[in-house]
Amino acid sequence: MANWLNDVVRPKIRAALRRETPDHLWKKCPACGQMVFHRELADNLHVCTHCGHHMRIGPEARFDLLLEPGYTLVDPPEVQADPLKFRDERRYTDRLKSARTKTGQSDAVAVAYGTMDGLGVVIAVQNFAFMGGSMGLAAGEALVNAATKAVDHGVPLIAVTAAGGARMQEGILSLMQMPRTTVAVEMLRDAGLPYIVVLTDPTTGGVTASFAMLGDIQIAEPGALIGFAGPRVIEQTIRERLPEGFQRAEYLLAHGMIDAVVPRKAMKATLVRMISLLTNRRATPAALAAPGPAAANGSTPPAR
Amino acid sequence: MVSFLDFEKPIAELEAKVKELRAMPGAAGASIDDELARLEGKTDLLLRQTYARLTPWQKTLVARHQNRPRFGDYVAQLVTDFVPLSGDRAFADDQAILGGMGRLKGRPVMIIGHEKGNDTASRIRHNFGMAKPEGYRKAMRLMALADRFQLPVITLIDTPGAYPGVDAEARGQSEAIARSTETCLRLGVPLVAVIVGEGGSGGAVALAAGNRVMMLEHAVYSVISPEGCASILWQTAEKAQDAAAALKLTAQDLIKLGVIDQVIPEPMGGAQRDPKAAIASVGYAVSSALDELAGQGAAALRAGRRQKFLDIGRLPLTA
Repeated sequence: MANWLNDVVRPKIRAALRRETPDHLWKKCPACGQMVFHRELADNLHVCTHCGHHMRIGPEARFDLLLEPGYTLVDPPEVQADPLKFRDERRYTDRLKSARTKTGQSDAVAVAYGTMDGLGVVIAVQNFAFMGGSMGLAAGEALVNAATKAVDHGVPLIAVTAAGGARMQEGILSLMQMPRTTVAVEMLRDAGLPYIVVLTDPTTGGVTASFAMLGDIQIAEPGALIGFAGPRVIEQTIRERLPEGFQRAEYLLAHGMIDAVVPRKAMKATLVRMISLLTNRRATPAALAAPGPAAANGSTPPAR
Repeated sequence: MVSFLDFEKPIAELEAKVKELRAMPGAAGASIDDELARLEGKTDLLLRQTYARLTPWQKTLVARHQNRPRFGDYVAQLVTDFVPLSGDRAFADDQAILGGMGRLKGRPVMIIGHEKGNDTASRIRHNFGMAKPEGYRKAMRLMALADRFQLPVITLIDTPGAYPGVDAEARGQSEAIARSTETCLRLGVPLVAVIVGEGGSGGAVALAAGNRVMMLEHAVYSVISPEGCASILWQTAEKAQDAAAALKLTAQDLIKLGVIDQVIPEPMGGAQRDPKAAIASVGYAVSSALDELAGQGAAALRAGRRQKFLDIGRLPLTA
């Protein structure tokens, strides 16, 4: 129904509000609820300046964080789209289209080849913003491709995970990505190359139960939710509230499931040191001058 | 006495009538014989028609049928000299995954599988076939043992999924599943996997990365249960029938998708009506597959298995 209050007054109020707090300039921390100025947030690698909460970041930010400029993006391999002609309330192809528009990516896994303090490396990053990072044919093939690239170049593979699990809309073919990505890991093992997993918030389901838990070294970002079954499924099964901190990175560390919890600021230096040790190669002096993980939080031994 | 599913009601009614007629005092006479023959013919036809046209949701119900043969039944009928083996050497002996060595048609094998149990007490003891990390770690241990002594491995898969609980998470459910899949893929001996009932997601894959993957005719194999899928994508578990169809989880769909290698026929009316015949056909299919794989060396078995999984989804699909 057209009336003056709805048509004239409300939009004006909304416009006024928009002008005062342009939401793209300030971001509300999902953990502590405080507002952080966007530039400050970017400078702090999307870690809340108030509470240290590690916000989710996409592949581009991740590559920029870990790799030297001038890295090359590895083209995603062609796969069949919508192999099952899946349709629920919406067509799967429509869901794919909107995820592509939203992220500018063709699917959930992006791969880059570059250097970290001079050490060659292939990095595969899952984007949670792309249909929950879920793993289907495209994501599985991207990981197999990343492993192949790493073997071809004789460099380590780093997988930065973030996913709700399998891409349901690809049915059994999404499930088959569990053994397929495991074959990818096997390729690195056979070639004697390090495979390091960085678990970020959240990593659950079939992704955790395959390549994400098979790293030679397992690292997690602080506070990341990591598990097989999601917390809601478990609560429904056992019919009780889950303990505080359950399935968080620190919980996994305490239960012996991962090697270290490393803050984003110290991630590159930590990875460089690990790769340098495992491959007995020296990082470039620029890397040695950078602050080691110890400087950032004291959770790992000093660099030198 | 086999219990009937809802959609089998018309069959159940006919069978009850046949039974009633047979039990009638003085049930001889030509007219009664004719009537019996007519009714039995009708029952048979209806059963045939129903089972030839099972919907994906009906298949899901058949795959979960409480009277289907279980791991223990397969072992008892197919395996001689059976030696059960227990424990993961780290925490416990999970009763949801059982295993041991024995002979299949004379050949020494390692056989591992989910056990769902067949009455309330045993279902609880076996946790309804939902394994915890120690179950997968036991499976890995038995696979490694088989590998060392050149025994082919047979896995029988029948699980709603790996157990989603606090203790399972605390002991690394996802790591256990991932490692078990990796162990399957690394084996230097043949691995033949059969989905005999429910192939529930990661909990099934962990034992199913084999050189040959087979399914019983009315088994299902899926990334998520139809109920789970419906409640996420349709926001209501009541759309489970739609989800079952959309997921393409039947053996007939999966062979078209190139995910499995063989469909093992079930007796008319499903494995639950004639477990002995169902078990025998699984035994036949598995031992034929082992015959075929027998000549291959460790490297060839490993490479072939890897390539088989890499090829899934890459080739043009027909479904």
